[in-house]
Amino acid sequence: MKVRTKRDIIFVGISVLIYLVGEVLILTGAIPPYLERSIVTVCINIILAASLNLINGITGQFSIGHAGFMAVGAYVSAILTVKFGISFVVAIIAGAAASALLGVLIGLPTLRLSGDYLAIATLGLGEIIRIVILNISYVGGASGLVGIPKDTTFTWAFALMVFSLLFIRNFVESSHGRACIAIRENEIAAEAMGINTTKYKVLAFALGAGFAGVAGALFVHYNYMAHPGSFTFLRSFDILTMVVFGGLGSMTGAVTGAVVLTLLTFFLADIPELRMVIYSVLLIILMLYRPQGLFGNKELSLKMLTRLIGGGRRDAAEGK
Amino acid sequence: MDFSAVFLQIVQQIINGVSVGSIYALIALGYTMVYGIIKLINFAHGDIYMLGAYAGFFCTTALHLSFIPALLLSMIIAGLVGVVIERVAYKPLRNAPRMAVLITAIGVSLFLEYGGILVVSPQTRTFPEVFPTTLYNFAGVVVSSQQVLILVVSLVLMVILTYIVQRTKIGKAMRAVSFDTDAARLMGINVDLVISATFAIGSALAGAAGVLVGVYYNSIDPLMGIMPGLKAFIAAVLGGIGIIPGAMLGGIIMGVVEALVSGFVSSTYRDAAAFAILIIILLLKPAGLLGKNVREKV
Repeated sequence: MKVRTKRDIIFVGISVLIYLVGEVLILTGAIPPYLERSIVTVCINIILAASLNLINGITGQFSIGHAGFMAVGAYVSAILTVKFGISFVVAIIAGAAASALLGVLIGLPTLRLSGDYLAIATLGLGEIIRIVILNISYVGGASGLVGIPKDTTFTWAFALMVFSLLFIRNFVESSHGRACIAIRENEIAAEAMGINTTKYKVLAFALGAGFAGVAGALFVHYNYMAHPGSFTFLRSFDILTMVVFGGLGSMTGAVTGAVVLTLLTFFLADIPELRMVIYSVLLIILMLYRPQGLFGNKELSLKMLTRLIGGGRRDAAEGK
Repeated sequence: MDFSAVFLQIVQQIINGVSVGSIYALIALGYTMVYGIIKLINFAHGDIYMLGAYAGFFCTTALHLSFIPALLLSMIIAGLVGVVIERVAYKPLRNAPRMAVLITAIGVSLFLEYGGILVVSPQTRTFPEVFPTTLYNFAGVVVSSQQVLILVVSLVLMVILTYIVQRTKIGKAMRAVSFDTDAARLMGINVDLVISATFAIGSALAGAAGVLVGVYYNSIDPLMGIMPGLKAFIAAVLGGIGIIPGAMLGGIIMGVVEALVSGFVSSTYRDAAAFAILIIILLLKPAGLLGKNVREKV
């Protein structure tokens, strides 16, 4: 307990330092607006990747409908700020709550499915959410909901990112999180040990959905508008790619995946025709040579770094 | 609207649905065969269908081939691409985690889509009219010559496929590998060859579907494979994934339901209907209409 509290404090401390440096650089203009844009996108993507990692990597439930939950959070929060003039904080909380609630509603029936079937079902549900939004004229239908105030700033995105990471990390290391990991490792054995598997699967699903809702709220309040086209299954694939790129089940992996892939898309933005081709080729190559992702399911830590530097030879001997 | 008019419209929509559905069925066959053998949801399959459509387009415009040679050549090209994809991207990952193979499939899919945009430009192209459109009117129900063509071609292909799978040596080997890969390997079956053959046949069918769609809708573009790919996959799940007659049945049902929804409700809800079918079937009978429920063993 004490070790964890201490670690959390260190984490928050380092985050505040990074934030201060970032904010000063933005205020002084050392970071130009287009770069600030990609930094905010990185923060939002980290929230998305970390929350999907909770479902896919930690609990082992193969979900690829994350964009749907993001859309719910985005639209609920946008309706509150645009149509009712409610403050941004309340809108974010409401968006997250709506996503989480939908996560419970969707999770209860579908989480009985396993593996590929669950993947397809979540993909389908994500698309249904999008198509339903597309048909509601109250929220602008196919042309999207416009006139959303630009409330998301670097401060908001960064603070919520730190909060999400802290929350998810502490959840994973709590007894609930261990139950989730047990379900990932062997669902039948976990059930035999007295873990209520349905409860924990739905809990993880709802939490992941809730944070996706937070990310969605941040996303639309940064882009002035909410458009159904932003929440297709391709975005779900994007998030899944970040998680798998870093290593399923690794929190630091999800963060690294989100940072690397977001910056990669940003730097390739100058060559739009080639961008997706390079992106896809890199993805295939990474999967061919390192199918478990950059970090596997391990966490990046100082210990791992020292072992990497000192232990390269041993890895080679083991034929890894 | 009186009763007979409603009835006529239902029949009309069913006919439209069956012709679109047989295209879904052709794509679904490839999904189901590949899934049956290596348990991979081949997300790139819809893009093979797009490649088939483009192959057909260039065969008829640049090479001035008539319909049948163009169809055969497109099928061969699609089949070859399918085998190359399997060899390059999926074969090294035979023993890798499932998620990694799935991500690779997504990568291949993005590569084909955006590579396609790069090579043939993103603009929609008009497919040349290989058949003069004739409309046959049966007591108020209109059937076009293209619809007849789609039905005939897909029926012939499905009969050929059934013959290959049920009667030939390679078909027997495919069924054996799908039933138990390790046992099949021990019996001396060249599993890699069988998997390649499966990809070749499945991709060729998708290629044929691409050409047929080009003829039917007259327009093709590099991203045309995404939605039909997903829907064909739903069709495969609906019929029972891994079961060949299931894919045909699922495809036809999907096509008909979609046509009825867009005819009587709203065409914007067409895609939602497809996904709703998917969710309902997964919740009620996850093994699919023709599938058997398998008990999970500890």
